[in-house]
Amino acid sequence: MTISASYGTAHQHDEPGSFWTRYVWSQDHKVIAIQYSLTAIFVGLVALVLSALMRLQLGFPGQFSFIDSTHYLQFVTMHGMIMVVYLLTALLLGGFGNYLIPLMVGARDMVFPFLNMLSYWTYLLSVIVLLSSFFVTGGPTGAGWTLYPPQAILPGTPGSGPGILLMLISLAIFIVAFTMGGLNYVCTVLQARTRGMTLMRMPLTVWGIFVATILGLLAFPALLVSAVMMFLDKTVGTSFFMPVIVSLGEQLDYSGGSPILFQHLFWFFGHPEVYIVALPAFGIVSDILATHARKNIFGYRMMVWAIVAIGGLSFVVWAHHMYVSGMNPYFGFFFATTTLIIAVPTALKVYNWVLTLWQGNIHLTVPMLFAIGFIFTFVHGGLTGLFLGNVVVDLPLSDTYFVVGHFHMVMGVSPVLVLFAAIYHWFPKVTGKMLHDGLGKLHFWGTFIGTYLVFLPMHYLGFLGVPRRYYAIAGTDFIPESAQHLNSSITVAALVVAVMQLLFIANLIISLRRGKTASANPWQATTLEWQTPQTPPAHGNFGAQLPTVYRWAYDYSVPGARDDFIPQNLPDSAVVLDDAQAYAKAGQ
Amino acid sequence: MAITLVIVLLVIGSLLLHYFSVWWFTPLASNWSSIDFTVDITVWITGVVFVLVNLFLAFAIFRFRSRPGHKAHYEPENKKLEGWLVALTSVGIAAMLAPGLYVWAQFVQPPEHATEVEAFGQQWHWRFRFPGADGQLGKVDTALISEQNPLGIVPSDPAGTDDVIILSKELVLELDQPVKMLLRSADVLHNFTVPQFRVKMDLVPGMVSTLWFTPTQTGQFDVLCEELCGSGHFAMRSKVVVKPGSEYQQWLAQQQTFGQSQTVAEADIRLGQAQYQLCAACHGAAGEGNEQMHAPALAGQSRWYLRRQLLHYQQGIRGSAEGDQFGAQMAAMANTVADPAMLNHLLAYIASLPPATTKTTDGDVQRGQKLYRSCASCHGAAAGGSYAMNAPKLAGVDAWYLQRQLGYFKQRVRGSHPDDFYGAQMSLIAQSLQSEQDIADVVAYISSLQP
Repeated sequence: MTISASYGTAHQHDEPGSFWTRYVWSQDHKVIAIQYSLTAIFVGLVALVLSALMRLQLGFPGQFSFIDSTHYLQFVTMHGMIMVVYLLTALLLGGFGNYLIPLMVGARDMVFPFLNMLSYWTYLLSVIVLLSSFFVTGGPTGAGWTLYPPQAILPGTPGSGPGILLMLISLAIFIVAFTMGGLNYVCTVLQARTRGMTLMRMPLTVWGIFVATILGLLAFPALLVSAVMMFLDKTVGTSFFMPVIVSLGEQLDYSGGSPILFQHLFWFFGHPEVYIVALPAFGIVSDILATHARKNIFGYRMMVWAIVAIGGLSFVVWAHHMYVSGMNPYFGFFFATTTLIIAVPTALKVYNWVLTLWQGNIHLTVPMLFAIGFIFTFVHGGLTGLFLGNVVVDLPLSDTYFVVGHFHMVMGVSPVLVLFAAIYHWFPKVTGKMLHDGLGKLHFWGTFIGTYLVFLPMHYLGFLGVPRRYYAIAGTDFIPESAQHLNSSITVAALVVAVMQLLFIANLIISLRRGKTASANPWQATTLEWQTPQTPPAHGNFGAQLPTVYRWAYDYSVPGARDDFIPQNLPDSAVVLDDAQAYAKAGQ
Repeated sequence: MAITLVIVLLVIGSLLLHYFSVWWFTPLASNWSSIDFTVDITVWITGVVFVLVNLFLAFAIFRFRSRPGHKAHYEPENKKLEGWLVALTSVGIAAMLAPGLYVWAQFVQPPEHATEVEAFGQQWHWRFRFPGADGQLGKVDTALISEQNPLGIVPSDPAGTDDVIILSKELVLELDQPVKMLLRSADVLHNFTVPQFRVKMDLVPGMVSTLWFTPTQTGQFDVLCEELCGSGHFAMRSKVVVKPGSEYQQWLAQQQTFGQSQTVAEADIRLGQAQYQLCAACHGAAGEGNEQMHAPALAGQSRWYLRRQLLHYQQGIRGSAEGDQFGAQMAAMANTVADPAMLNHLLAYIASLPPATTKTTDGDVQRGQKLYRSCASCHGAAAGGSYAMNAPKLAGVDAWYLQRQLGYFKQRVRGSHPDDFYGAQMSLIAQSLQSEQDIADVVAYISSLQP
């Protein structure tokens, strides 16, 4: 165990004085977390609008003259990239990682506060560059979020001029931002834990974010090099990914490159990326389930090892995205096997979440509802993954709406439900105000049922064989008229879901201004962030003395104790007991 | 407790959708029933887990909901239970993986007696190639692709001379004969998919990928591109027709070989000029067109396009649809050049005429320019047309004619004939022009371009 010499003593930087250093050029992890979160939610709303536009075309083809086939592809691409990278990754790690890591491990701040600030501003720059591509000639890239060359940089694809270049530049900047933030998170977890906070006492939220960050630090460089190489292919005419090509009737000056090389690099990043999003969500949902079920997380040690195992395995499954890419088909044996193996630790996590509820004392608060909703959608998305991971089952389903249904369920809806759970759970600590309960419940029901109605039917369009990324499906013999009716109803459900999110934004604003004042620990949780002397926590988080940790994060409903939770920083001697014998027995 | 009820209802609803869904796999038309079998295993195993886990979840929420005086049970872990769950899950996983890998092993090894057929993709068209009498496909080189050699076959390789080339986008395959598809692309990634065959594979420029299947049902099936390949991706379609052996052989024997396609017939412009006198009555002496006669300008249009349209008129592919009265007139006239040699002479003469000039029309040119963005991918930024894209020249074509034809494409008067692949594609694209105004504007822009 590492014990830093500086517990509770000098803090790295002084309390900021002016408005600018306090709220704008802030080095406080909590302010940076809020900056990250607001920016991510803003771009997320842009991506939400884009998805609504896509759905309008798919549900009611030809009714909206401003959506032609090139615009459609641009909406698809920008929606996907924004949601995966600029919303989910940024909000889970830059937002929640930043806010929670120091508070949960009992640190005053991140270990490199200046780097942390730089990380946010670099992220903001990447967002500005990304959004600027909407305003350049030819518009943003429409190459699909996977940006596969050669089409990404050839004229047959919308936005193959400045659009794709801005996308690549923006990604490169994002990765720089992520690296600065990521190093901070890892170092903070390893070096700045307070006295008594051993690794195996850390809340699963921290474990999830910690392992996800390590994945990100190892995986994003693969995306960085592929972005750099594609940039060079486009601008100076190198041929990293470009073979001999006749494009739109014209011989191009490329030769010798490999389009499949890009796909390997992209998915070497892209698959861990799924877990960069999923692992923090796994961690957060574990803590929310335990807190609101008033019960310890079931099988904590296995949950930690499952996170580590999933993280490790996520680096050897990438080519399951490429079963029909034309790569050597013998790869299929290896990648199908590794992919299905990863289902074992993942399934264990699901079992343990459900077993955490078993014999619990379940409070159906808004965060709890979202967490339960997550279990349902994640089970669905995880199981459909077994179709696509098993190479031969993937053959008929690859590139169809089954894939769209699957990945939205597993890495769209599921992590987003966790994000909502997390926002409803931690909003009181961040702002000192409670979110409105009724609006929250309405938001939950609309989002949970609505998204299921959007994505469940898509799997069946996929079984039928409807291809994804089609602007229009008219003109085939095998797709019945009824598929179009189904598409229309999916669009209606999607629009309802979109409106629900506006309700959520309204709830944030209304509650911030005139919500009920939150107590320091409204959910009676055990973890350190709820034990701060002030709510919201002041600069330096823990007042004069850093807390000392005496127990794991899940001492809920411990036999013999009077309260149904014992904060991590409460020594045995301070626990109020009803039954000392029972308490002593439970402790063994 | 609403959440318990909703979870139960969602589980029941999912099961009902599954059992009563009309959206399910198309009837199988290939040998890959084993793929359907692996799908079935997966549906069953995952279905059972889906129902059990969620019902257990719903029950747990109901049973252990917070009530006054109720306290949670304290149980950090239960290694035995976790061990059992891991073991059971592993068994379920193995039950899906083992048959999956077994079938995959068949997929990666095409039978030795399989017929080799090449599918060649380019934005946004399909072409096909059969090995010909020697049973061997000739060498290819993407750098050789040209109007005269659209597949880029190496002329010096004798194995390529007898290769049968199919430029019509319709592929005919033999019933019950295994086919090994060799997939090749000229430009970007594409994907060869026939939903009824179950298998699919990407086409990757710079290399050849493969897949194999045996067609087991006669009939006609859609071929789709399922790898995003640019703005025309959704319109990159073809048909595969499965015929019994004799009919297949008959069809194959009628197709042109690469060698035949390389012999260019001599054209005599004077003979063509004599033949043109008949056309001149409507299309004008200089091929300048005549709106009163509903005859478009011919001078300046690409030779390959005029040839294709004349052949389509002769074969009843164009001019036979209801609502195309002017096309019907032209179809009758086209039969006067039934002789292929005379057709050549005629086209050579028309090609020698100086291009007609464009007249500008009403319409919002700036708005039209925006709309033209999608057109430019195939027809070119200057509307010069492209043989490779099967896109005729538009600059210099009379505005009234463009307007009428776009209307036809949009209403599927043109492009609905089953053999009119290029028209079908244009018809799909024309759907994105929403109104008469859109058509007028885009035509106004095209008319502003100099031929």
